[in-house]
Amino acid sequence: MISIRNLTFSRGERKIFDNISLDIMPHKITAIMGPSGAGKTTLLKLIGGQLSPDSGVIMVDGKNIHQLSRPQLYTLRKKMGMLFQSGALLSDMSVFDNIAFPIREHTQLPESLIRTVVLLKLNAVGLRGARDLMPSELSGGMARRVAMARAIALDPEMIMYDEPFTGQDPISLGVLVSLIATLNKTLHLTSIIVSHDVQETASIADYIYVLSHGKIAGQGTPKELADSDSEWVQQFMHGKADGPVPFHYPSDSLTADLFTY
Amino acid sequence: MNFLQVLGHTTLKSLAKLGRASLFFYSIMTVLPYVFMRPKLLIKQIFSVGVLSFWLIIISGLFVGMVIGLQGVYTLSTYGAEASLGIMVAASLVRELGPVVSALLFAGRAGSALTAEIGLMKTTEQLSGMEMMAIDPIKYIIAPRFLAGFISLPLLALLFSSLGILGGHITGVELLHVDAGSYWTQMQSAIDFYDDIVNGIIKSIIFAWIISWIALFEGYDALPTSAGISRATTRTVVNSAFAILFFDLLLTAIMFGST
Ligand SMILES: Nc1ncnc2c1ncn2[C@@H]1O[C@H](COP(=O)(O)OP(=O)(O)O)[C@@H](O)[C@H]1O
Ligand SMILES: [Mg+2]
Repeated sequence: MISIRNLTFSRGERKIFDNISLDIMPHKITAIMGPSGAGKTTLLKLIGGQLSPDSGVIMVDGKNIHQLSRPQLYTLRKKMGMLFQSGALLSDMSVFDNIAFPIREHTQLPESLIRTVVLLKLNAVGLRGARDLMPSELSGGMARRVAMARAIALDPEMIMYDEPFTGQDPISLGVLVSLIATLNKTLHLTSIIVSHDVQETASIADYIYVLSHGKIAGQGTPKELADSDSEWVQQFMHGKADGPVPFHYPSDSLTADLFTY
Repeated sequence: MNFLQVLGHTTLKSLAKLGRASLFFYSIMTVLPYVFMRPKLLIKQIFSVGVLSFWLIIISGLFVGMVIGLQGVYTLSTYGAEASLGIMVAASLVRELGPVVSALLFAGRAGSALTAEIGLMKTTEQLSGMEMMAIDPIKYIIAPRFLAGFISLPLLALLFSSLGILGGHITGVELLHVDAGSYWTQMQSAIDFYDDIVNGIIKSIIFAWIISWIALFEGYDALPTSAGISRATTRTVVNSAFAILFFDLLLTAIMFGST
């Protein structure tokens, strides 16, 4: 579905991606993991064509996304749903209108049919009863579920989740984890999850890539990664405080610091 | 050497920003026809942009007019020319104070609010979200607001001038007993529709263009953090004020310089 070859991308002086290649398999859940600031959101924006790589190729659905004209890019984007970290719901519209918005913009469906579609999408995320609320009245978990309903509004072929689990209470977390897995299966989606929540992501992902310092530090099924012999991957997957990534910010030794004036 | 480096760096950065701002303006222009096809979006924005500054403009206009009325009578009475108060009030309002003060107030009230709104939409990924839904945020969010500013400000400036003239009447005629008849008739005979009123409107249209452009661009170009938004909001007010004053001088020289 998506293949990335020799991707390099920099922000200012900093190389966020340094010649990485990866593949996203159709109808599977692929996770891209890495610490904060590793460039996970940036990668999704590159796949969605919002940013252009310095070099390398990103093929989505057989098309080089950065060589498409704007109308072609927009056509392709209708096949991609994206769930932003913050939900990205439009704050001046109700839940119902947020989900109806892309349908109204892109189709000529009569309002009665739009209503049916919106209610079905809301039902899929369990929030049919919340249709009249405004985004500011939703809890974080609900906002993400509404955003999921909006992301599947146009029946996309793939969906990208940006940190869907961050900052959720345990119950919302469980709901979101199972919802992502269910949607993937029932709608035959290709799902990409970008996250640093190891347990939740590993529980539903078919394949995982771990990013670090602009490179792919490890890849494999969740099981393969858990048994990885890379120390860095071990530290990341098992959340150890000290390891190749030191607990201490580089400094002089404590004794030297305390006893010299 | 160091100084030159800083100078060069700043110049390059400003040029790059000017380039981005021009592209931004160009993309607004290309989607403007779409806005006219969606009058509902436009009306909603005119309403919200206009209403933001409505009372501010009314009250300021009235007070500025009252002050000119007082000052006018004090100054003109030295020459026994109080009867010309109407001309002084109307000319200063319609030509200068109406367009300029209402533009400054509009930049402070509506301009800063627009920057903050767009910046917040960027920070909360609403703009990116739209793009990923294959909906152009310039078309849907930016262009209606741009046009709304364009339409509201000239109307607000006219409102400001009208209330100012009323304010001048309150202090000059009611309070300091300038003859009401000469206040109005002298005003009518001396103020020219084309030279004064139309030129005043042209000024506010140009100010509206500057403020809407600056405010929307600063929001759109803001760093997506709370510090970024607050800096962008400040820049909108400061840069709009400088631009308004500069263009006012330029336009005044062009419009009224030859007479
Ligand atoms: N608009 C931007 N301008 C400049 N730098 C940015 C911008 N967005 C992100 N970055 C930087 O790029 C790096 C990667 O960001 P991001 O992809 O958001 O990381 P992640 O999602 O993995 O936490 C970070 O160091 C961040 O500061
Ligand atoms: Mg991120």
